Amino acid sequence: MLKVSPWKSASTRFFLAIACVLFAVSAAPAQVHEERMVTNNPPGHAGGEIAVALRSDPKTLNPAFAMDAASQEIIYCMNADLIHINRETQQTESALAKSWSVSRDGRTYTLQLRRGVRFSDGKAFNADDVIFSFQVYLDKKIHSPERDLLIIGGKPIAVQKINDYSVRFHLAQPYAAAERLFDGLPILPKHLLETAYRNGTFSQAWGVSMPPDQFAGLGPFRLKKYVAGQRIVLERNPCYWKVDSQGNQLPYLNEIVFLLVPSEDAQVIRFQAGDTDILSRFSAENFSVLERDQAAQGYHLYDLGPGLEYNFLFFNLNDLASKNLPQIAKKQAWFRDVRFRQAVSSAIDREGIVRLVYDGRATPLWGQVTPGNKLWVDRSLPHPPRSLARARELLKSAGFSWKGDGTLIDAHGNPVEFSILTSSSNAARMKMATIIQDDLSHLGMNVHVVSLDFSAMVDRLLNSFDYEAAVMGMASGDADPTSEMNVWVSSGGTHLWHLNQTKPATPWEAEIDRLMNQQLITLNYERRKRLYDQVQQIVAQQLPVICLASPDILVGAKDRIGNFHPAILEPYALWNVEELYIR
Amino acid sequence: MKHQHKLWAAVVLLAGIHGVILFAGFFAPYSFSAQDRGLPFAPPTRIHFVDAQGKFHARPFVYGLQDDPNVAGSYSVDSKRMYSLHFFVQGAPYKVAGLFSSRVHLYGVPAPGRIFLLGTDAYGRDQFSRFLYGGQISLAAGLIAAGLSVLLGIIAGALAGFYGGWIDDVLMRGGELFLALPWLYLLFAVRAALPLHIAQWQVFLLLVTVIGLIGWARPARLIRGAVLSGKERNFVVAARAFGASDLYLLRRHVLPQTYAIVLTQMTLLIPQYILAEVTLTFLGLGVGEPMPSWGSLLTALQRYYILSSYWWMFLPALLLIPVFLAYYVAGDALQERLKSVPL
Repeated sequence: MLKVSPWKSASTRFFLAIACVLFAVSAAPAQVHEERMVTNNPPGHAGGEIAVALRSDPKTLNPAFAMDAASQEIIYCMNADLIHINRETQQTESALAKSWSVSRDGRTYTLQLRRGVRFSDGKAFNADDVIFSFQVYLDKKIHSPERDLLIIGGKPIAVQKINDYSVRFHLAQPYAAAERLFDGLPILPKHLLETAYRNGTFSQAWGVSMPPDQFAGLGPFRLKKYVAGQRIVLERNPCYWKVDSQGNQLPYLNEIVFLLVPSEDAQVIRFQAGDTDILSRFSAENFSVLERDQAAQGYHLYDLGPGLEYNFLFFNLNDLASKNLPQIAKKQAWFRDVRFRQAVSSAIDREGIVRLVYDGRATPLWGQVTPGNKLWVDRSLPHPPRSLARARELLKSAGFSWKGDGTLIDAHGNPVEFSILTSSSNAARMKMATIIQDDLSHLGMNVHVVSLDFSAMVDRLLNSFDYEAAVMGMASGDADPTSEMNVWVSSGGTHLWHLNQTKPATPWEAEIDRLMNQQLITLNYERRKRLYDQVQQIVAQQLPVICLASPDILVGAKDRIGNFHPAILEPYALWNVEELYIR
Repeated sequence: MKHQHKLWAAVVLLAGIHGVILFAGFFAPYSFSAQDRGLPFAPPTRIHFVDAQGKFHARPFVYGLQDDPNVAGSYSVDSKRMYSLHFFVQGAPYKVAGLFSSRVHLYGVPAPGRIFLLGTDAYGRDQFSRFLYGGQISLAAGLIAAGLSVLLGIIAGALAGFYGGWIDDVLMRGGELFLALPWLYLLFAVRAALPLHIAQWQVFLLLVTVIGLIGWARPARLIRGAVLSGKERNFVVAARAFGASDLYLLRRHVLPQTYAIVLTQMTLLIPQYILAEVTLTFLGLGVGEPMPSWGSLLTALQRYYILSSYWWMFLPALLLIPVFLAYYVAGDALQERLKSVPL
């Protein structure tokens, strides 16, 4: 709940706005030249508001702790980073850092900061804010989820202030994707948060119940009002540092209203009814429902093609010696045989999955990198069509045979029977598992689909290892291979099929380790691409995960919204929120 | 006299329904798990007598379906492909009541033609076949669970009513405790504690046992009441005076007086328990894919796109109405009869 009365908060806002204008008009230009960023899109006009649905209440508005999608979406609108990934081109571009240079050894980055930039409360931004922000993100006691990303070569990044408008970052080893690290690391206002940080109360700072005038950011919008369980209103940041090609101050919109609409179906209905202006994160089935009356209702739907999410089936290849799971350990003899995994892969009807699960709005996958990841997908990866005959051959060569009634048995005469675990909250993955169950029944395998609630499933996958196979999906936030390190390196925390490896369990995992670590420190794109292509080929060959399909990113927006350029990287629709305007 | 007719009509209808469900394999044209991946969400197949040229056919026929090029995800009729309807055709093998196997189905059209009386689901599976097979699970669950409840109710009610005293207190207070249990959460907990994959029949047994165990308290109370008044009647007192044992008295004189209550309770509990199975499957606690049950057929209706796009997914829900109605009419008529026949 807000503790400040609306009158007081409104008046505070008013004075802040005046302060901003005064700074901008009089004092500021005399001292430092303002280096505004000029955007390319066709100019729109100012005014108006849009409504967007949010699945749940944000847990926090503190960028150092935001983990959930709702918090991240709001924080994205209220904050800015030093170097930004353009969601459309998937390349980095300047943001609060107007330029940067890299030392020859690739270990030192020097960033020149934009001058004359102000936080949304009118206070100036400079290198001290950058130093403070990284101090927070890197502080062990703060436990920021961002900290892991800033550990390069086992050592945290060192930050050094050169002068008020340049900062230097030292890395322990060359890091190919270093520029991309800065995306999604909002710069915090030192003047507002330092006291809390010094007092050790930083973890309570910027909770959702704080009054709006306690917040300030460098993003296009700032908090106006938060009514828990109902809505969050953001208003235009008058001090924002971007202008359009005609020199008009951005953002155009006066307000964004986030309405709390807890389920996907309800969001679709609200959008269809015209209550919200933009819709993202919805299923292909609902796309078909909305598509029918898009002309009549004045909205347009966008199918952006495959995103970065890849769904896959994988078998439990964990070392179960320390666990008391003899039944599963016995079945691991099958799962560990690459011919068994290849046979399963060969029997799966990926086209059927695309059609039945995603209404055709997806792409079948044979490797972990989706075609949506334009820079990194290995296009030469083979796409073998579904073949039960090849699957049977592979099984036969691996010592399997069939009983009279068609049941598949292994060399010891045990019938092949296992279960596939999915999360009951994910309808698409449940459907995939059901289709795979039917596909594998044609090979004589007796497969059960077991759905558990998400946390129970994760507990089995990561801790107890009490499962046989599972259907999961992953979507890294960024297109760069470094964001997938944790999955592919054998000691990684999400190396799902075989966790807690002290040294690579198989020669091909050792090879993946080598390639992934090599690409991490290779600065040349072509050479990195070749290394990552090899990783994709090994994965497609060894099938530790059997990739299934990648759903298209689907977005809808009212026709009246200008400059709407949805992208396949998160946040799909609002990534250029400062440029959106009402036609 | 009128409720007599009502009773018989309901009993005949129920016998018919159970017969069809028991021989689901015969009445269903396809297996419950057969997927036709080219035809997800196909609408109910129309049966024709007159073809596109206006010619009348004595043998009804259906048209083949093709993807509608104009509307994604929908189908149009391909009037060049006609498949005539045949009866007693050979098809997928099935087992009747788990005993003898057969391949004969009541009706069907020659492949590659398809006949879906209630349309298909998201996997292109025949909804009508799934409805019939699903009935086997749901009706069996209802019948067995109701039987279990009533059996427990008889034992507890008879003991409590006949002996009274502390036995009565313990049993009846225990029953109240059972009524007050948050059994849904109990079920979630039970399911979570079970091993990851248990055979379908084990899930089924679990479902039935839990549903049955939970509901014993109400019939027990009613039977206790009947036993309380029944044991005071003159012929019972007389038999006791002649030295009849407790067991003999209960068996020969007291319990026969409660049969009408037992029967009514059964007919009222069965539909309740079918609904309980529906609810549990709806919540993901029932038998898993690909096995259908009436509950799993209704689960699909949770989604907005199904509600708004595929009207035939409602048909199983509509078909359930006469089933429940028949049970309630039978229960009602039995109760009327009970009132008019003096104890």
